[in-house]
Amino acid sequence: MKRFVLFPLIVLITAGAMAQSGSELRFCVRSEPKSLHPLLAEEESSGAIVYLTGGVLLRVNRATQEIEPELATSWKLSQENRTIQFTLRSGAHFSDGTPFSAEDVAYTMQQLMDPNLHSPTGDAFRSGEGKVTTKVIAPLRVEIAFPAPVANLVRLFDTVPILSAHSPQKEMAALGPFYIAEHKAGTYILLKRNPYYWKKDAQGKQLPYLDAVRVEIQQSREIEALRYKRGEVHLINVVLPDIFESFGADNSSLVRDAGVSGDAEQLWFNQSPAKSIPAYKHAWFTSTSFRRAVSEAINRADMARIIYHGHAQPAIGPVFAGNKFWVNNKLKPHPYNPSEALRSLKGDGFRQENGQLLDKLGNPVEFSIITNAGNHARESMAAMVQQDLAKIGIKVNVVTLDFHSLIERISDTFDYEACLLGMLNADLDPNSQMNIWLSSEPNHQWYPSQKTPATPWEAEIDRLMRAQASATDDHQRKELWDRVQEIAWEQEPFIYLVNKDALVAVAPTVKNARPSPLYPQTYWNVEELALAPAGH
Amino acid sequence: MTGRETTWTQKLAVGLLAAALFATLFAGYLAPSGYQTQFREATNARSSTGHLLGTDDLGRDRFSRVLYGMRISLFLAPLAAALSTLLAALVGGLAGYLGGTAERCCLFVVDLFLSIPWLFLLITVRALLPLNISPQASVLTTFLLLGILGWAASARVICAGARNLMASDFLWLARASGFSGAKLVRLHLLPNLRPALLAQFAISIPVFIIAEANLGALGLGVSEPLPSLGSLLRELQSGVLLHPSPWQFVPLAVLLVVVGCFQILINQLEVTA
Repeated sequence: MKRFVLFPLIVLITAGAMAQSGSELRFCVRSEPKSLHPLLAEEESSGAIVYLTGGVLLRVNRATQEIEPELATSWKLSQENRTIQFTLRSGAHFSDGTPFSAEDVAYTMQQLMDPNLHSPTGDAFRSGEGKVTTKVIAPLRVEIAFPAPVANLVRLFDTVPILSAHSPQKEMAALGPFYIAEHKAGTYILLKRNPYYWKKDAQGKQLPYLDAVRVEIQQSREIEALRYKRGEVHLINVVLPDIFESFGADNSSLVRDAGVSGDAEQLWFNQSPAKSIPAYKHAWFTSTSFRRAVSEAINRADMARIIYHGHAQPAIGPVFAGNKFWVNNKLKPHPYNPSEALRSLKGDGFRQENGQLLDKLGNPVEFSIITNAGNHARESMAAMVQQDLAKIGIKVNVVTLDFHSLIERISDTFDYEACLLGMLNADLDPNSQMNIWLSSEPNHQWYPSQKTPATPWEAEIDRLMRAQASATDDHQRKELWDRVQEIAWEQEPFIYLVNKDALVAVAPTVKNARPSPLYPQTYWNVEELALAPAGH
Repeated sequence: MTGRETTWTQKLAVGLLAAALFATLFAGYLAPSGYQTQFREATNARSSTGHLLGTDDLGRDRFSRVLYGMRISLFLAPLAAALSTLLAALVGGLAGYLGGTAERCCLFVVDLFLSIPWLFLLITVRALLPLNISPQASVLTTFLLLGILGWAASARVICAGARNLMASDFLWLARASGFSGAKLVRLHLLPNLRPALLAQFAISIPVFIIAEANLGALGLGVSEPLPSLGSLLRELQSGVLLHPSPWQFVPLAVLLVVVGCFQILINQLEVTA
């Protein structure tokens, strides 16, 4: 009888030990993927699966920020970014053995632009009225023509996983390093090594090194952190500053600061002519000197030091310092100088009485800042702004709202005075910010959907943004985008507060990891990752 | 023996609540600094002579914040409880007194209120409030909302009590003697409902303290920089599993003690009733 009990026990222990030492990488995502269709990924969890399974024509190297060939060995742009011709890699196969050819690219583009599919990836390619046409020139050569120039066209292909036109597995056939082997709803998705993956390492060994990747669904970041500490997961893409500090204190090799990221926090005043804002407050909010004085009275360095434990930088503008090509290096962070801020306000007719700042009409300077409830860092930031501005006599009321109410106020009713919110610039190219800077856009947060630009500097930004979008030479585009950054710095429609560092966790057993501030921070080179046995 | 134990715990509860009330009344003298003052060079500090309970992540003195936080919870929760008991007495008492169709209509309204997910309703109502109100006005509004929305369960109890009283012999006798309307309510109904009303009032106080704590834990309670027991609990959300500090648990301990003391007094009230 004992033998019968002992046997399953041994099997269980052996299986557990193998799971620990086998090459199965594990990490967590926050929610169940909304869709496993490669062209329908829109949130983090679907994006992770697509990144790990999808084969793309070209890839932006997250370390160098350069574009590198993948399934396309070369490409040629023509007709002012309207047409692109790809030469494809020979000998590549999908995960079920179906050969890859130009027909697959044509099929993918047809699916991507199908209005019935509603692909969020496809939206970026919609440049104008008319159809996108794809011509198969040869088995390994394909040409795609767009009705109008597409901004940032080449880089956009980094996000397009190629589907198979002929595989019986349809969109589940993968060209990337892994394919979906098992899906337990709400628990995990198991990806297994694609035996037909085309890429090889320098020694000619077929990649990926890992046998499998288990993507687990875990909402709580704290539980994720505890599991990481216990060795149950190997990677964390976004580590909260508190957890980072705690891990770092225990064992500095558990966490890494991958450098400043495009994840920024910013404050803006409502400059739209909303009825809910009294005329005298509207006059403050539309005054450049008022905005600059407020900006100057905020201690960004303290925010970075206290809230992010030093893992953030005072923000300068819409481009983070790690965006090597597009950042305007001439610009420096706004200095913290409350006395200069007060002097500037007094120059504009403001005065102080019993410590309270009054405008030239005698109205006490007081406004509310809304932010989303439940984001502790953001609420702390609002409390710090409150104390900083109290030093120059400005009274700030901090209001935390549930996210839905907040979005309704900033995008629909415009019933708010100032808002503190974050913005993630995952894309390096300035075209990804067209929807923010063009005054006619609904995401032009401080005064959305303007019929004509409300100020000369907004008209100037409109002109520069349109000019850079249609220019073909990147250096010319950079000059135009540099000027936009300068205007944003001078006018401060957004008071940029901090750029957060990309804090990640990579288990010491994961080899070849090169964390990047760009998404997906820890596993962007997943095909090169390997697992060493624990203790090595 | 049981009676002596009850008296002892009751005395302790009264003593602790009195001490808490005293501390909150004189918070201005007892607190070493303002609840909003940020000592930015001493964030997350341990207990010291300068900061008895250490500081929070913005460097605010935790002892001062607990004192002021208790003031808000201990003063405004009874206010909200009084409001909800008054509404419960009006609706429940009227339903029990009138009986028949009027009672069924009132109880339908009560059931309707009980079926509303009050937390979502509170969040929605709070989102509709004007933005430029002071934190003090905001917290007062939050507790008033709790009072206005939290009367339904008590109304059912009061209604049942009033119905039983209306069917009692002494009330039949009073009616036969010519008592009716306001006089009957004032002289017979209300004095006999008083123990139930007092018990409902006492029960509501810890319920509202915890309700505000729930809202505070969601970040939707008291606005910054004003503290409440609820908003102070939010400290436990950030990294406490990984690097717990005993001082972070003080607001939780205070909340448990305050609610526990109220519970002991409620039990005593129920025994008396």
